Amino acid sequence: MVNNRKTILIADDDADYLFQLKFHLEKMGFDVVTAESQREAENVLKNLKPDLAILDLMMENEDSGFILSYKLKRMYPHVPVIIATAVSAETGMSFGISSEQERQWIKADLYLEKGIRPDQLQREILKLLKV
Amino acid sequence: MEVLDILVVDDEPGIRSGVSRILKNFTVSYPFLDDDIGFNIIEAATGEEAIESISKSVPAVVLLDNKLPGIQGVDVLKYINENHPYILVMMITSYASLELAVKATNAGAYDFVPKPFTPQELKSSIENITKHYFLRHMTRKLHSEGKQVRFQFLTLLSHELKSPLNAVEGYLKMMQEKQAGDSIDSYMEFIDRLLSRINSMRNLIIDLLDLTHIESGKRQRTLREIDVTLVARSAIETMTPLAIQRDVSLSLDALSPVFMLADSNDMEILFNNLISNAVKYNVTGGWVRCSINKENEIVVVSVSDSGIGIDPDDLPKLFQEFTRIKNPLSKNVTGSGLGLSIVKRIIDLYGATIDVESQPGKGSTFRVTFPLPSGQVINGGI
Repeated sequence: MVNNRKTILIADDDADYLFQLKFHLEKMGFDVVTAESQREAENVLKNLKPDLAILDLMMENEDSGFILSYKLKRMYPHVPVIIATAVSAETGMSFGISSEQERQWIKADLYLEKGIRPDQLQREILKLLKV
Repeated sequence: MEVLDILVVDDEPGIRSGVSRILKNFTVSYPFLDDDIGFNIIEAATGEEAIESISKSVPAVVLLDNKLPGIQGVDVLKYINENHPYILVMMITSYASLELAVKATNAGAYDFVPKPFTPQELKSSIENITKHYFLRHMTRKLHSEGKQVRFQFLTLLSHELKSPLNAVEGYLKMMQEKQAGDSIDSYMEFIDRLLSRINSMRNLIIDLLDLTHIESGKRQRTLREIDVTLVARSAIETMTPLAIQRDVSLSLDALSPVFMLADSNDMEILFNNLISNAVKYNVTGGWVRCSINKENEIVVVSVSDSGIGIDPDDLPKLFQEFTRIKNPLSKNVTGSGLGLSIVKRIIDLYGATIDVESQPGKGSTFRVTFPLPSGQVINGGI
């Protein structure tokens, strides 16, 4: 039973968002590792292969989530990545994930708006984990 | 119709003529512009040719291949950044050099298109960059007309204001759905976090008011000869409770009154920000020293601390709005990310300068040098 638990890495520079997401994910039965910055997440990834990662787009850099996704996929090509952002819809700022080519190098599996309901999130995670 | 000049720099003639062909009859339109925008393509086969062309006539956009026979694309990018910062540069790059493209983007390129690209991809990239060009153009125009509209600032601001609301909403929903059980005791951590988030939002609003007052220049400044050591002493008194809590000692090094022509509110904001940063980004058992000197009519204020210091890589970002330097040591420090940009505004207003010396793990010194009083300081806006 214990061995079956999946580990999810979440990276976000908003400590409260991290706390809430961790709370929800743990309630769903996942083990959760948190990182508060791109740098911290990169360090975590050196020693840990998560089963899935949920990355905030804007941390210390505007495109931290993209860079992290790119680096994670280079280390662990089969680990699903979700990029979560609150920015695009609210501000109309474009982050250039419009073309297929860019998707190909960022390689994220799913882009999500923050504020998604926990049950919707759970459904997406289970789909990506093929559970 | 408005026509934008686009300079295509690529040693492959096929790419150059392809771009010309694709964009020849292409126009874009935006709801906020009366006219459609068309494009005029100028070609250059080498970096040297590109620089010559730019020096004759400045284009709006440069499509730049990095691999060129003579000087490289990054050299052209450097030339553009130094001489024509308003040109938007889009790197053309092959997949193999994506990392280079990311580097170029960090070095000031607006975007990159991976090669080979389809006509549709080129068009949508050009559409994006054109939109950016006009938004920036409009922002500059509004700015020069004295309208205090700053798109980027407002974008960041909405992000900074919405994040705490989202966090508060998240906790309240969790409580509404009784996610942690029926006992109110299980929710104490949520409530603590809620209150602290509300508190930081209040601080953000206070800082924002300070900033907009300084910015708009509408607040009446009263320039008088004031003793700045008194202002410093009062700022130290304000920060003493926090300093005691963090076991940081505060001292003022000023032997006699130091008079200068200034607005006491401005000086209060300046000292409060510098000293509170020195206390907040400090270590247990640390110290903060504020010294004020006047020599040959030049007033120098310096605030030194034994704090966590600033990584050299982070120094350039220090005075930008909403920048909070994040590392494991500053994780528990709260702030709006506006303090130092407020300080910078005041310093600019007085024609003063600020230097920062810092060593990670040892501490930082912020030194403000006020110029000779010219008697014509700053009423009105910036």
